[in-house]
Amino acid sequence: MNKSQDNLSELQKDALREVGNIGAGNAATAFSEVLDRRIEIDVPSIEIIPLEEVSTITGNEEDHVAGVLFRVSGEAPGTILFIFPSSTIKYLVEVVMDKIIEPEEMGEIEISLLKELGNILSGSYLRSIGDMTNLEMNQSVPGFSYDMAGAILSSTMISASSTGENVLLIETEFMDGEEKIEGYFFFIPQVESLSIILGSLGLSGDE
Amino acid sequence: MAEYAVAKPPNVLVTLGLGSCIGLALYDQYSKVSGLIHFMLPNSNGKQNKAKYADTGIPFLINEMVKKGASKSRIRAKIVGGARMFNFADENSAMNIGKRNSEAAKKILKEEGIKVIGEDTGEDFGRTMRFYADSGEVKVTSYKRDDLTL
Repeated sequence: MNKSQDNLSELQKDALREVGNIGAGNAATAFSEVLDRRIEIDVPSIEIIPLEEVSTITGNEEDHVAGVLFRVSGEAPGTILFIFPSSTIKYLVEVVMDKIIEPEEMGEIEISLLKELGNILSGSYLRSIGDMTNLEMNQSVPGFSYDMAGAILSSTMISASSTGENVLLIETEFMDGEEKIEGYFFFIPQVESLSIILGSLGLSGDE
Repeated sequence: MAEYAVAKPPNVLVTLGLGSCIGLALYDQYSKVSGLIHFMLPNSNGKQNKAKYADTGIPFLINEMVKKGASKSRIRAKIVGGARMFNFADENSAMNIGKRNSEAAKKILKEEGIKVIGEDTGEDFGRTMRFYADSGEVKVTSYKRDDLTL
């Protein structure tokens, strides 16, 4: 029987939060190294959100954002999505490429930069979760979209949700101290993967 | 998302940031009764929330419009959305929810005997739609393409 995401115990939620914490901590370190500045992360939240409500979780559904998406395969499959708001895109391009552009003017090179940053972050996230749980997880090549936040979030979450009802998000916000970099990182394990991750931490027992 | 509304002039029905979801506008030109549904998935498989699924939501919306004075035989449809926001080369079409959604809408409309007179579906971008009850016009705005009127 798969563990339903609706009846996770507090202990199990804490464990998932800790998994997210370690993953995001390592991702933030990798991010800091690439950008040569301190990137902080919030304590990850574990949220079980009805699909009807996902399109506004990062703010206005018509805001233009970049989404970098990875399919996670292996022993605990799922989906990883980064959301970079326009202001962050502008800043990242400026810091890394020494170039000032509007996000609308992004070309192949700027898109590659965001994909590569996503790649580094999700790679280090998955590696640390893998080390903690002893599970093997691999990420796909990145998918990219610069578009309305609502369209990116809803499409991603609908296809990531195995039940068609809710989606379990391990969500982290990252930022630098000066509010120049803000973004969202979502890890969405498949329902089946939840039991596997919890099992690997010795927390699979049903109450 | 997963919502519907029925309106009469001068109201405008709006749904923002459609990705793989479908915004379906139904219009009776004579009574000007307008219905809009924003559904998320093709099949309800017995689930409750009617407006979330094509198979339950579309007949439900038609019914609500008839209650407000629309004549079913005069209702025409315009379909918007059903995009695939991220393209992965190795993914098969069963995973393309946007495409499955627009196919489901057309199949159900055909079963209901409702003609589709406008469509802007597929591709890889998000859409916002505004449906004007006085004219039946549907304006589609997107970031990647010029505005379109159906």
